Amino acid sequence: MADVTITIDGNKVTAPAGTLLIEVCKSIGTEVPAFCYYPGLSLQAACRMCLVEIEKMPKMQTACTVPISEGMVVHTTTDKVRQARKSTLEFLLGNHPLDCPVCDAGGECELQDMTFSYGAAESKFMEAKLHRDEQQWSPVVFFDRPRCILCYRCVRVCGEAMDVWALGVQNRGSASIIAPNEGDHLECEECGMCIDICPVGALTSGAYRYKTRPWEMKHVGTTCMHCGDGCKTTLGVRRHETGMQIVRGDNRDKSGINGDFLCIKGRYAFDVTHSDERLTQPLVRHEGRLTPATWEAALELVASTFKRIRDEHGGSAIGVIGSNRTTNEENYLLQKFARVVLGSNNIDHHRTADFPALAAALKNTQVRTAGMRDVFNAKTILLIGNNPTDQHPLLAWQIRNNVRLHKARLFVVNAQDIKLHRQATAFAQVPSGSEAFAAAFLAGNDSVGESVGGDARNALLAMRQALKGAEEAVVIFGSEIRGAQVKAAVNLASALNAKIACLGDYANSRGAADMGLYPDLLPGYAQTSSEIFTGHWGALPEQPGWNIEQMVNAARDGQLRALLCVGSNPVVRYNVDPFVLQKTFLVVNEMFMTETASLATVVLPAACAYEKSGTFTNTMGDLQVVKKAGDLAGTKPDFEIVIEIADRMGFDVRKLVSLGGGTRADMGQSRGAQTGEADRHAVWLEAQNLEPRMTPFDPAAVLDEIQRLVPGYGEASRLNVAAGNDEHTTALEAGQGSATSDPDLVVPSEDTLFTSGTLGRYSNTLHSVIESRRKVPADKKTPV
Amino acid sequence: MIPVSEQLDHFFTEKMKEYPTQRSFLVPMLLYAQDELGCLSNQAVEYIAGKAGLSQLEVRNVISYYSMLTTKPRGRFHVQVCTNICCQLRGAEDLFEHCKQRLGIGHKGVTSDEQFSLEEVECIGACSWAPAAQVNYDFHENLTPEKMDQVLDEYRSR
Ligand code: SF4
Ligand code: SF4
Ligand code: SF4
Ligand code: FES
Ligand code: FES
Repeated sequence: MADVTITIDGNKVTAPAGTLLIEVCKSIGTEVPAFCYYPGLSLQAACRMCLVEIEKMPKMQTACTVPISEGMVVHTTTDKVRQARKSTLEFLLGNHPLDCPVCDAGGECELQDMTFSYGAAESKFMEAKLHRDEQQWSPVVFFDRPRCILCYRCVRVCGEAMDVWALGVQNRGSASIIAPNEGDHLECEECGMCIDICPVGALTSGAYRYKTRPWEMKHVGTTCMHCGDGCKTTLGVRRHETGMQIVRGDNRDKSGINGDFLCIKGRYAFDVTHSDERLTQPLVRHEGRLTPATWEAALELVASTFKRIRDEHGGSAIGVIGSNRTTNEENYLLQKFARVVLGSNNIDHHRTADFPALAAALKNTQVRTAGMRDVFNAKTILLIGNNPTDQHPLLAWQIRNNVRLHKARLFVVNAQDIKLHRQATAFAQVPSGSEAFAAAFLAGNDSVGESVGGDARNALLAMRQALKGAEEAVVIFGSEIRGAQVKAAVNLASALNAKIACLGDYANSRGAADMGLYPDLLPGYAQTSSEIFTGHWGALPEQPGWNIEQMVNAARDGQLRALLCVGSNPVVRYNVDPFVLQKTFLVVNEMFMTETASLATVVLPAACAYEKSGTFTNTMGDLQVVKKAGDLAGTKPDFEIVIEIADRMGFDVRKLVSLGGGTRADMGQSRGAQTGEADRHAVWLEAQNLEPRMTPFDPAAVLDEIQRLVPGYGEASRLNVAAGNDEHTTALEAGQGSATSDPDLVVPSEDTLFTSGTLGRYSNTLHSVIESRRKVPADKKTPV
Repeated sequence: MIPVSEQLDHFFTEKMKEYPTQRSFLVPMLLYAQDELGCLSNQAVEYIAGKAGLSQLEVRNVISYYSMLTTKPRGRFHVQVCTNICCQLRGAEDLFEHCKQRLGIGHKGVTSDEQFSLEEVECIGACSWAPAAQVNYDFHENLTPEKMDQVLDEYRSR
């Protein structure tokens, strides 16, 4: 719209006509207090906190609903305005319990802040306050009615933004009350968005309520460790007898790819970190039983056995299975360790999407990969397969809100009638297994029409028409499409001039793929003979190694003598017969005594992603920082474990973690004449979001190497990543990939909103939600 | 089984076509259903939510907003006595007190024979003939306790 000029407190401001006055005020730093107004949600004008004076208008106006127009003269600091704010506060406090000393929101409560700023110390209200006891609506949502100021933010975020519509307002006037959908309890997605958005302490969370005060925590911005979407998460940590304990998860500064969104897992399933079942001591099998051992003894046993097997039988007698939850640096280090130290290409991981096939299909095309931000801004989104509402909650949020706020067109092709159908411009239900045919058909290949059946064919035909001339499109596909079929999705993206994305599960499954946890691919989907890597690492085993299934078979035949399994549970995921691994020297790095760990010769207690530093790459290829928040005595990060094994095998670890080159700060050089300078330097580095680097245990040194060697990672700005922002990487476009990988090795996690692979089993919050519904079908096997 | 008569259901289906926004028809629907059923039972809420394509929570939100809608059964004759300012000035408080005595129930009460229910309400727009009361959809004006007795007796004999 055309620009107009208005005057706010004597200052001329120009902005597009129709912009909300409150936003214009904000843009020039003029605070207009507001409770009910929330950017991105519908206007409510319920609280009257934002009243301002506008000349020629008889009464004060709510700045949150007034669109600006030419020549408007606004006053926000007059006595009248100040008095209005004060009166509104006095009114809101009339029935407010003023239990700030025990309220969760105390210290970060908007009502408290406003009262402090605009004051309403005296009240004319003499009557008894209405009281109601606190109610528990679900395992995670509690409601304290007297604290509610009826801003309706919770109602709107749940309905408009989450599309759950679980909260409503009942009665009217001063008797109004927020009500849950099931009368006395909630049945919803348990995302906690309503709690987070509540300006006061009326909605509180089961995980955090009455635990601590905001100012007693340290707040660490990191990346969620659950699904593949990579939400930015702020963890509140507090000192505890076993280290630092995480007591809260939210996205406090509303930054990052997810804004203020987090699903139940990001918000509450940090509780796995202090599960009673965490392993905190190395275990070594002794007379058939796993018995506690010291780190030294356990590591020595592992290193000497690996060394002996390698020297006697060659590296190919040892295998390594990596993780979808360890950092990029750890994944990179792990495969380098396998290839350079063990001399083995037998390395794989639990695959949840066919990234190598996508890399291969992208060769010689113009198609680029989409980042998570693209999904919020694209004009057209085509979603084939997957159910993001369950498996990729952030992706679902991005799609939903792009449709709602930017009127994007969404096209859904799925075997099930998934929830995102509600936002779809068009929906085609196709037989399970025919997703790739549908993609090919949409791209104009009529010959595959029969494979999807009559009705679906008609729906797809209409969709094909509607997609013609689509602009700024994104094609997103799930693991239903894999192997050679991925080409069909890429062709479709190419025909639509669209970006593409492939959905994998777990926090760093994309990182595991990008960092080369494959028997036939080096980091960046490079061939095993790639000179980029041989040039830096020296000679590498040339023959591709064994994949997971081949490793298991080799173990059965006695050819695989040792197996290092890091943060993965192949015994359940790939249905491995436990007896097969009996003869193998099995080392498992784990947080919990999983089915795989219980078969191990040596179990090493690992730190989880919230207890270490590094980076994650989400399924869309966005690189983000992982920062250490919690701490659990007795555990070590996998990074450190691998280095220590290599060191004890007599390997020069400087060849594993090169401390030269790259952007590093050498503490030794910066130390000057004054003592304490190094410390001051460290403080400075931290303040600049840089990290001091002094030992080979430093993951940032590995990130240097990743950025130097892995195509598609070099361009990512380190500063930006360190500052908590996302950087899109392009390893899929840059790499060779492999079209011949075995599609059957792709085993999607099939997580729901309330499960998170093996981790989810140890989350009390997720458990209590599942229990409270007793909805788990008996025939569904335990999620792993 | 739908809780309302087939006639009414049919009426809803037809009438709804006249509303570009279907939920706009919600309040009339609730009133018609309440008139037929006496109150908006759980089944009625479920039925209307389905009919209007809304969640039950939304329907309940609307019911709770309007005082003329109720989820609890009322008497066959619902007596609403206005005690707002005009009526009050002309003796409405006494009138309401009298009704309480006479019917033996209080505000929002129902007689044990389920014939009468009583409610104290705000202005019903009959101020020129204050004090006024409304029984179901009929107005009774310029009331005195004696006149009120006649009115009640008349309903009782129906
Ligand atoms: S937890 Fe999420 S889904 Fe449940 S009521 Fe709150 S906002 Fe709605
Ligand atoms: S519960 Fe919180 S967010 Fe919801 S209306 Fe009340 S104050 Fe606002
Ligand atoms: S959507 Fe995924 S990344 Fe985001 S909070 Fe949920 S589990 Fe974590
Ligand atoms: S913020 Fe404007 S009325 Fe609430
Ligand atoms: S005041 Fe009683 S009808 Fe208006």
